[in-house]
Amino acid sequence: MASAAKKLLMDPFSDNNPVTIQVLGICSALAVTVKVDTAIVMTLALTAVVTLSNFVISLLRNVIPSGIRMIVEMAVIATLVIIADQLLQAFLFDISKQLSVFVGLIITNCIVMGRAEAFALQNPPKESLLDGLGNGLGYGIVLIAVASIREILGFGKWFGMSLPFGENFMGNGLALLAPGAFIILGLLIWAQRTITKHVEE
Amino acid sequence: MTESTKTLTFAAIVCVTCSLLLSGTAAGLKSLQEANKAFDVKRNIVKAFGYGFDINGEGKKVKWKRPQFEETYTKHVSEEKAGELPIYTWTDDGSDKPSKYAFPISGKGLWSTLYGYLSLNADLETIAGISFYDHKETPGLGAEIEKDWFLSQFAGKRLYADGASTEFVVAKPGYAQGDSAVDGISGATLTGKGVEALIRKDAAAYANYFKSIKGN
Repeated sequence: MASAAKKLLMDPFSDNNPVTIQVLGICSALAVTVKVDTAIVMTLALTAVVTLSNFVISLLRNVIPSGIRMIVEMAVIATLVIIADQLLQAFLFDISKQLSVFVGLIITNCIVMGRAEAFALQNPPKESLLDGLGNGLGYGIVLIAVASIREILGFGKWFGMSLPFGENFMGNGLALLAPGAFIILGLLIWAQRTITKHVEE
Repeated sequence: MTESTKTLTFAAIVCVTCSLLLSGTAAGLKSLQEANKAFDVKRNIVKAFGYGFDINGEGKKVKWKRPQFEETYTKHVSEEKAGELPIYTWTDDGSDKPSKYAFPISGKGLWSTLYGYLSLNADLETIAGISFYDHKETPGLGAEIEKDWFLSQFAGKRLYADGASTEFVVAKPGYAQGDSAVDGISGATLTGKGVEALIRKDAAAYANYFKSIKGN
């Protein structure tokens, strides 16, 4: 059991990463990764949502009528996302302003729906919870990696702290734009798949 | 129960549970959220007065703590009306005459409406400061309008001359000429044009008011 739980939690970090292997959640991975602090808050929000939605849907898995399965999933996910957004607006106002629409767009993040459909519907609550946690954090680790590269290249800072690049450092504007993020993400996927030897079938 | 009544009952239960949860959260957090928004607006009014990002001209950033901020705000800022239009005044310590006047500015950027405040010095002609608190411009390009390097250019620029608003210009970066022009943002020409248009529009709207109080 212990090793099975560990596998559920750790697999999404590398061997079955939702972003670099399954290529899900790309939109937000491009949008909120200009700075590391927004990436971290986005990670926390998505992890909370996917963990809880997996748990709730897994609890309901035997009673959800098959005809309205997806709509019920959406209702659960949307409710959790709106609550997360409201909490951010109340307690982390400045960061919620920076994340703007992207917290709301967690609803359409394929990772959340994907885990609900692919895992929570067939597995008991405890395993689903771990799977959600693993996938949320696996998404987050890629987000933070992309954000680190972008913030360092674009602003010469990391986590808002100045790095010792000197006065003459010129920020790279491309790193701050979505296309730059796309290139960085592409390189990350390449690097990661080279290491894990993952091949698309 | 037939299959379809089951489905309907289940759907109803899900709907009611979700809506109860949502309205509960919304109602519970409403006062906190509104306080945050009001604080943010006030913070930007003070920033527009020139006391936000560089308080004594020392190049030091000020991070406002809320209680200390509220105290400063009530002490120095008062909200008045210029006819239908809102106006904010800043009074220095030990003075009974306002030293700065601020008014809200808003207009179209590239993707969205820009909202902010602009303040005038006691001469009622030159700009004391400006801030933007709400916009949806591109991060790294148009969103630079809320950055200090862009905003700090406005201080001392001429908004009114001889009782009429000047033709304020947000120029191509590096090409700002004269005392009613600032450098725009490279890669955000349309946001810059939006800022130019909204400053001209709102300056014109307040021209009569400032003309009328100038004699006093």
